[in-house]
Amino acid sequence: MSFLELKNATVSYSGTQVLNDLSLKIERGEKIALVGQSGAGKSTLLNLLYQKCKNDAALVPQDLGLVSSLTVFHNVYMGQLNQRPTWYNIANLLKPLQKEVDQISPILYQLGLEEKIFEPIRELSGGQQQRTAVARAMYRNSSTFFGDEPVSAVDDHQSHKVLEAISISHETVILSMHDMRLALKYSSRVIGLMDGKLVMNEPSGNLKAADLDHLYKH
Amino acid sequence: MRTSLGFLLVAIILGLFGDFEITTVDPWIEIKRMALGSITPDFQATEDLLTAVINTISFAILGVALGNALGFPLALVFKFRIIRVFCAFIRSVHELFWALIFLQIFGLTSLTGILAIAIPYAGIFAKVYSEILEESNQAPLQAVPSGTSNISIFMFVRMPDAWVHFKTYALYRLECGLRSSAVLGFVGLPTIGFHLESAFSQGKYSEVAALLIIFYVVIAAIRMWVHVRLVPLYIILALLFIPWAGEFTINNAVRFFTFDILPYPLRVAESFDMATLSALGAWLATIWTEQAFPGIISTIILTQVALVGTAALTLVFFPLISTKFFNVFGRSTGHLFLVILRSTPEYVLALIFLLLWGPSMLPAAVALAFHNGAIIGHLMGRYTDDMVLRPDSPKGLNLYSYDILPRIYPQFLAFLFYRWEVIMRETAILGILGIATLGFYIDSAFADLRFDRALFLIIITAILNICIDSLSSYIRRRLRLRTTVELT
Repeated sequence: MSFLELKNATVSYSGTQVLNDLSLKIERGEKIALVGQSGAGKSTLLNLLYQKCKNDAALVPQDLGLVSSLTVFHNVYMGQLNQRPTWYNIANLLKPLQKEVDQISPILYQLGLEEKIFEPIRELSGGQQQRTAVARAMYRNSSTFFGDEPVSAVDDHQSHKVLEAISISHETVILSMHDMRLALKYSSRVIGLMDGKLVMNEPSGNLKAADLDHLYKH
Repeated sequence: MRTSLGFLLVAIILGLFGDFEITTVDPWIEIKRMALGSITPDFQATEDLLTAVINTISFAILGVALGNALGFPLALVFKFRIIRVFCAFIRSVHELFWALIFLQIFGLTSLTGILAIAIPYAGIFAKVYSEILEESNQAPLQAVPSGTSNISIFMFVRMPDAWVHFKTYALYRLECGLRSSAVLGFVGLPTIGFHLESAFSQGKYSEVAALLIIFYVVIAAIRMWVHVRLVPLYIILALLFIPWAGEFTINNAVRFFTFDILPYPLRVAESFDMATLSALGAWLATIWTEQAFPGIISTIILTQVALVGTAALTLVFFPLISTKFFNVFGRSTGHLFLVILRSTPEYVLALIFLLLWGPSMLPAAVALAFHNGAIIGHLMGRYTDDMVLRPDSPKGLNLYSYDILPRIYPQFLAFLFYRWEVIMRETAILGILGIATLGFYIDSAFADLRFDRALFLIIITAILNICIDSLSSYIRRRLRLRTTVELT
């Protein structure tokens, strides 16, 4: 029995088919990169897989899902909102507790966000917001990580740092990516989608960036 | 456009039936005396002036705070129909009517003043806060780990973004609360309305001017003295300051609920039989034909005329503060003019025009149009400031009619429809000044100690208001008008 398995999955939104008869197996410990043009069905596939194991998985959704008037600290803290009693959550909302700050700071340091810890999200750049969403997902301490283009707005140098950090701290990683070099470097297998169909399913070692080009010619 | 013309036509037709005339012999004498008074404000006139101002602020703060405390929990359960109906009802009764009711229960005490503001405001807060919460960003919910308690989700996901809007709206409501609080003086509570009434009736216009100037300053400076952190302090100070002595007795309250408000035939009936029932029917029929029906008709006439008047004045007022039409100097004058019209409670404005022109619908309609026109004009003016014009746009009147007006028209209509129900509530209340709207009959019923009649008429007024409110939201939906929640 595989860790995650889809058999003949078909998804359509208001008449338009987004995933078409798609079958897929993912084992624990794999690092998967989902590639394909926008509209190929990557987000739908990612969310479908996430729903199957959401109790022990962290997600960085495409729209990030950050609360814009809260600080970076509070947004990251939300990753463990279910671990603490309600009164404790509220106390920490009103005044950040030192214990929590000490736990969250190292994650922010890894992602180069340590100086922004008490800034509200709306003051941050797109890349910084994306890294905050990654930090929140990492803070969940789950074994599986899902990310929908988690570094699309982060600069090249930082992208490596972020993907490195995600890779090290999670057993299984499933990311949709648009940068082919990064996709190959941080994955063990590449899954390519086109028009909702699975058109590539190869170990990353067998592939070069140029091999992925045809997924984008349409 | 068709809608606007329709409303204009209705107003003209209704206007023909309404009683619009100047009945004073020579309004100019009174105008001269008022003008003289307004340039010679007399700040020493009443020793109690300072006390009255602080009372006004205290009642407003306590009323708005209590309204918040009651309205917020209601906002959380607003999805239940029964709650929505309940809130619609309590906010459809004007503060002054609430005050008249509470006067019978608690007497002339501070509690009457606070509750008169808090109860209708709770209904308004519940509606607006629930709308704000509904519009809050739902995206973060996706990222909240499953198994999180609902309270935690609410506090972390929905509250933070809504909080900013809550603060802005509560501040706006405090401004309204100050006006309401001032007007409560007209029914005897110790706010500035009390002194305004006696000053007006004695023609001491210098005293009136002094009171109003202080009031404008308090409202204009509201952003300087109100801060979230200071609110608890203000609440404590207000509680300490306002008078607590009063003639409240539990017997009074019990009597009011179990006896006074019962329709007269039920009160005198010895048993509940057919005779009582037919007496009750006759009682209802009399009130309906003699008071409720004529009251409803004149309330509707005045409301529609005032609404169209508001629309006309808005179109004149908004350019006064717009960067698109006037320079800094012109705009400052415009701002000052609109602030004064906005901050003067419509009740006081109506009283001024009433003194000038004598009792008819005219002073009430003009007062409502000026007050509401200034409010919407202010919002429209600010709205035009954010508009981007093409580089070769025309200027002056051409700019107004060919560019700005067509672009802001949907917004303008949306604001007007929002204000419709408010105008109707104010129309009813102006009856207390002697114009034969529903408020006139309610006030007379209270004066004659016929509380059963008063309550019946208040309920009629509330139902009329709720009808207008639903009609307005129906039209807004039909015309697909959207606006921000900031002005209910």
